[in-house]
Amino acid sequence: MTYLLVTTAAFGAFTLFFAVILAIAGRVFKIEGNPIADNIESLLPQTQCGQCGFPGCKPYAGAVASGEAEVNQCVPGGERTMLQIADLMGVEPKTVEDEATAPMIAFVREDECIGCTLCIKACPVDAIVGAPKQYHTVITEHCTGCTLCVEPCPVDCIDMLIKPELLEHWSWPLPDTHRAQLAIERKGQHASHTS
Amino acid sequence: MLHTLLKSIQKSTRTFSGGIDPEMAKITATTTIATSMQPQLYILPIKQHIGEACEPIVSVGDHVKWGQKIAKSQGYVSVPIHSPTSGKVVKIEEHATPHPSGMGLPSIFIEPDGKDTRDKSLKPIKAYRDIDPTELRERLRLCGIAGLGGAVFPTFIKLLKDNRNPIETLILNGIECEPYLTNDHRLMIEKAKEIIIGIDIIMHMVGAKKAIIAIEDNKPNALEMMQETLEILSGNFPDNTQIEVCQLPTRYPQGSEKQLIEVLTGKQVPAGKLPMHIGVICQNVGTSKAIHDAIIKGHPLTERIVTVSGDAVPRPGNMKVRLGTPMRFVFAQHGLETFDDIHLLHGGPMMGEKLKNADVPVVKSTNGLLAMHSASMKEAHKSEQPCIRCGHCGVVCPVSLVPNLLADQCRNKQFEKAESYDLFDCIECGACSYVCPSNIPLVHYFRYGKGQLAQIGREQNFAHASKQRSEHRDDRIAREKEEKAAKRRVVREKHVAKADDDKTSAGKPDHDKTADHKAADRKKPETTDNTIQKDKPSPKSSPSKAASDKASS
Repeated sequence: MTYLLVTTAAFGAFTLFFAVILAIAGRVFKIEGNPIADNIESLLPQTQCGQCGFPGCKPYAGAVASGEAEVNQCVPGGERTMLQIADLMGVEPKTVEDEATAPMIAFVREDECIGCTLCIKACPVDAIVGAPKQYHTVITEHCTGCTLCVEPCPVDCIDMLIKPELLEHWSWPLPDTHRAQLAIERKGQHASHTS
Repeated sequence: MLHTLLKSIQKSTRTFSGGIDPEMAKITATTTIATSMQPQLYILPIKQHIGEACEPIVSVGDHVKWGQKIAKSQGYVSVPIHSPTSGKVVKIEEHATPHPSGMGLPSIFIEPDGKDTRDKSLKPIKAYRDIDPTELRERLRLCGIAGLGGAVFPTFIKLLKDNRNPIETLILNGIECEPYLTNDHRLMIEKAKEIIIGIDIIMHMVGAKKAIIAIEDNKPNALEMMQETLEILSGNFPDNTQIEVCQLPTRYPQGSEKQLIEVLTGKQVPAGKLPMHIGVICQNVGTSKAIHDAIIKGHPLTERIVTVSGDAVPRPGNMKVRLGTPMRFVFAQHGLETFDDIHLLHGGPMMGEKLKNADVPVVKSTNGLLAMHSASMKEAHKSEQPCIRCGHCGVVCPVSLVPNLLADQCRNKQFEKAESYDLFDCIECGACSYVCPSNIPLVHYFRYGKGQLAQIGREQNFAHASKQRSEHRDDRIAREKEEKAAKRRVVREKHVAKADDDKTSAGKPDHDKTADHKAADRKKPETTDNTIQKDKPSPKSSPSKAASDKASS
């Protein structure tokens, strides 16, 4: 009987002790924000284009983390981003319906620009410079190609152009061999039977 | 028997791990350096070195002199470009460059006037030992000197006297391990004096006391020539300098900087570090000659020696070619006019890059121009077989990587994994592809993998930068909103106070009237605000929105 009492008391004491430790640890090592949402956000291309239906990459990441959005809604990210998010979330990959074709950049036809600053306000990454009644121009190396500036322009003077490929950014293609082709096919098969 | 034994002993004493012995085919080793004729048009791409591109400083119609600066460098890792002759700038537009992509770069086109008038703005420096190294360094930068071994890294950056990394040994690279190429070989025979004076200039600049001229044993005449010249000139050098000529067994890729340093000093350059971090600097013999010309004669880099060879060239040879000369013109002088079924290589057969056509100019990195019959090229691309795990590639790899594994990883897009297996330490020498019995284009896979990793890195950096910009924008918008709200609050409080004053002075506690007053006052600042803001449409909220904001606050 005494054994039972001692054991119960000991376990009770241990429980209390660890509960206190856990409570303290919970305070000390508390992580601010949602770590899953942050991880998803780090996978997104950060174009802030809103093509997913959310007003930016962060809201979309939050929505995916809480299960409100699908993993295949990021258009500029394409299949690669979808696969990474699906992998992180532990869900089945879904097909990306409309994948972006080539990286684009906005271009302001300066002759026609009236200097209304509406595109400047629309740009989510501050990549357009200009002042009221002055020509505006796009900083090419900062433009994410989100097309958010095209619609607000009252005189339709913004074009979306295919981003020119730079010699410095050129990279060697995959060797054009039978075996390299096989590797691509196998990769596709793997993706299809895991989904 | 004894000879081979001796050779193997010799090899085991001074060599690097791995390497191959390809057929050298140095068919132009005995032909003296000819001088190329003037082409009708020179084409000078604005980027001929590793680093940032230059910006043209001449415009169409300008007359330029030979050696005049026509494009200025931008950024630190960059050197200017000079006119290779006197003449007129006829156009500045994009033109194909010797690059595997076949893409173009803005290029300056110069039509020679046939007079070759030198630009004499740079004075010759004869007594270079009395000049401060920093001044000589600036001179080399101005003269556009970049490593002429093929990597074209701006030379002045390497020639830095730095107390944190004192340079003990200068290695002069006369190895030329690539098959076919003989431009350094001929240069050592014909311009030995200039090369050795160049060494003395470099030693003065970096404060090195010891120099080693490394030459492979397949060039005994070059070795002899350098030794003789060194003896003749040895009286001119300061007492404590020690220059020696060193013969090394022929082995590919011994001419690679890091491998050569390992052979000569026994020290390995750590991954991600530079030779100067272990107190060594390595220069090509061609660069040494160019340094001599830049300092002693005051001539910027406008010409280089090019080996024109290959089994499709009727009269192979070595040629002094001005930079910007179209390759078609260079080949024509060696009897090659048509290019049907001919592969053109820019550089040697091991590391050179295939050219799409001959209408590209000779640039600072052009050490060789090879034309091979298609039949004699190994069609590795089409006949890739599965890896049989023979391990030859790992044996010959001079940086001790596992090429077959890396190739699998690159092929299957496991780039992060390949990076963890030190993909970036690969020097792309091609030894693995050369020995592979399954004809796997290993180096192509590595180049593909490196390119993809670089691309992923760029995308990540861009995404990170975009995110920061977007966050800053959100912060700014929130801050502006707050400031506006605060401003409104102050104005309103002032008016409320005023209205209260009016109320007390009037002494009429009429509630409806005060409310009317208040509303009128509240409207007032907004309207004035709007008139002011009319020609400055910054994101100011409309009166109705402001009212709603106020209501909420």
